Amino acid sequence: MIRQPLLRGGVFLAALIPPLVWFYQALSNALGPDPGKVLLDRLGQGALILLLLTLCLSPLQWATRWSGWAHIRRQLGLWTFAYACLHLVAYLLFVLGLDFTQLAVELRKRPYIIVGALAWSGLLALALTSNRASMRRLGARWKKLHRLVYAVLGLALLHMLWIVRSDIGLWLVYFSCGALLLALRLPPASRLLKKLRGTRPAPAQVSR
Amino acid sequence: MLIRIPPRSRCDSSEITPESVYLSRRRFMGAGAALLGSAALPVWAQAQAPASGYEGVEPGNPPGWFAQKLDGARWKAMEVAGESITPFQDASHYNNFYEFGPDKGDPAANAGGLPTEPWTVKIDGAVGKPGQYSLEDLVQPHTLEERIYRMRCVEAWSMVIPWLGFPLGDLLKRAEPSSKAKYVSFETLSDPEHMPGQKSRFGLIDWPYREGLRMDEAMNPLTILAVGMYGRVLPNQNGAPLRLVVPWKYGFKGIKSIVRISLVEEQPYTTWQNLAPNEYGFYANVNPQVDHPRWTQARERRLPSGLFSPNVRDTLMFNGYGDEVASLYQGMDLAKYY
Ligand code: HEM
Repeated sequence: MIRQPLLRGGVFLAALIPPLVWFYQALSNALGPDPGKVLLDRLGQGALILLLLTLCLSPLQWATRWSGWAHIRRQLGLWTFAYACLHLVAYLLFVLGLDFTQLAVELRKRPYIIVGALAWSGLLALALTSNRASMRRLGARWKKLHRLVYAVLGLALLHMLWIVRSDIGLWLVYFSCGALLLALRLPPASRLLKKLRGTRPAPAQVSR
Repeated sequence: MLIRIPPRSRCDSSEITPESVYLSRRRFMGAGAALLGSAALPVWAQAQAPASGYEGVEPGNPPGWFAQKLDGARWKAMEVAGESITPFQDASHYNNFYEFGPDKGDPAANAGGLPTEPWTVKIDGAVGKPGQYSLEDLVQPHTLEERIYRMRCVEAWSMVIPWLGFPLGDLLKRAEPSSKAKYVSFETLSDPEHMPGQKSRFGLIDWPYREGLRMDEAMNPLTILAVGMYGRVLPNQNGAPLRLVVPWKYGFKGIKSIVRISLVEEQPYTTWQNLAPNEYGFYANVNPQVDHPRWTQARERRLPSGLFSPNVRDTLMFNGYGDEVASLYQGMDLAKYY
């Protein structure tokens, strides 16, 4: 039986609809003369936002009594990877024009592409091992492996920083969110979050 | 020197229009323009329906003097044979003009409120006739020419745009440069009130935007100051009311909304070179062999570039204007002076 079907379905639709809308806009000439580049940028920022949302779930779970957060974690993580894959496809199609010899050059010479590719590889590893079978097989190592998500966040932020041209404001917003989410995982902060839950007037008995 | 017979820009051999066809077309265009000029339309009608008749062009709100200058304009004084002109809607809604925000759509959204009339330009430095000139007075002695140029952005996209302007060299000569004038330095308006990008606390640019040219580059007949495009006054987001166009250099050299032109002895401060010297040089000549550290310069996306018909093409040395400008850089290592 699927637990929290409404929540899961809601997340599924909320993540699925934006790329469909963007794609439709691009096809109907609503994204200007360079729709490929607009799609590329939106998918990149979308992937980063989804990554940050995924990282919100643990702190939320610590701070509240509600256990539903855990049920959407894998899905959000996989959506992050899906957006990153679409971002990569947009790059291959619209920027490189499927010129794979040029891809080899770019992968050798451009630090921001290398960093993006590393971030994507990290997401790939996480996506491949996100199922229950891998969890069981990897045991305690699973948790360690999935700390890779923090490296992916750092790489994605670096990737974006390298692209900033004239104004660093938007990047600082993403960076601050990422930094906050990491800080919340430090023991003093996470203890505080858990206490927050503990001191709330507890409902009589939670039955699950 | 004013070019009398505009040299045709180089293109792929398959694109070259036979000279005879090309010349007769130009004669035809010239006759058309003359006809229109003599038709003595009321000034407002000319402003609304420019002789060049591009599609989908919003008329804009030109000052009186501009409409008068249009009457005597030389249409199609220079063309790019075999390449289609970018639609006005795209050229006016996909802009890098960081004074109005970091995204391509920001200039069109935010530049509307910039007052461009009256406008004065300060000319100073090593000149015999320094001063503060109204734009009308600056433009008055010149014939407006329509120059259709390729525009190659350093971000690897490009357009083809019909500018209306006059050679920068003609203006400089009137200011009587002295022997100390080795470079020209340009400055954009500083007006945080109307330019939200200048107000951003996270902006990386040290405003006002500044650009520069070597004197011989400035005097090259290809280099123009533009006051219009697509047969109309410049839209604010494209650099109204006065901007530089240097077709063989990356777009960022084409400084917009100019308020100051100084003739100087030393190579002047230029904005992007100062912000990231390893990425942007003073010369910034279009050069497919010298990559930008973040992306290749060998190819470009000619806009509009559809989702499933990507319009990717090879970038030409000096953006295809090598015949006219390569001699300026003889003996220079262009990988070093990028
Ligand atoms: C092989 C992997 C990747 C490649 C080749 C790639 C390539 C690119 C390119 C070409 C751009 C546009 C650069 C420009 O504006 O000139 C970009 C932007 C961006 N990418 Fe990636 N990327 C990759 C992976 C990722 C991943 C994994 C993430 C996030 C999780 C990501 C997030 C972003 C963001 C946030 C932007 C900025 C978008 C904007 O400026 O609006 N990228 N990427």
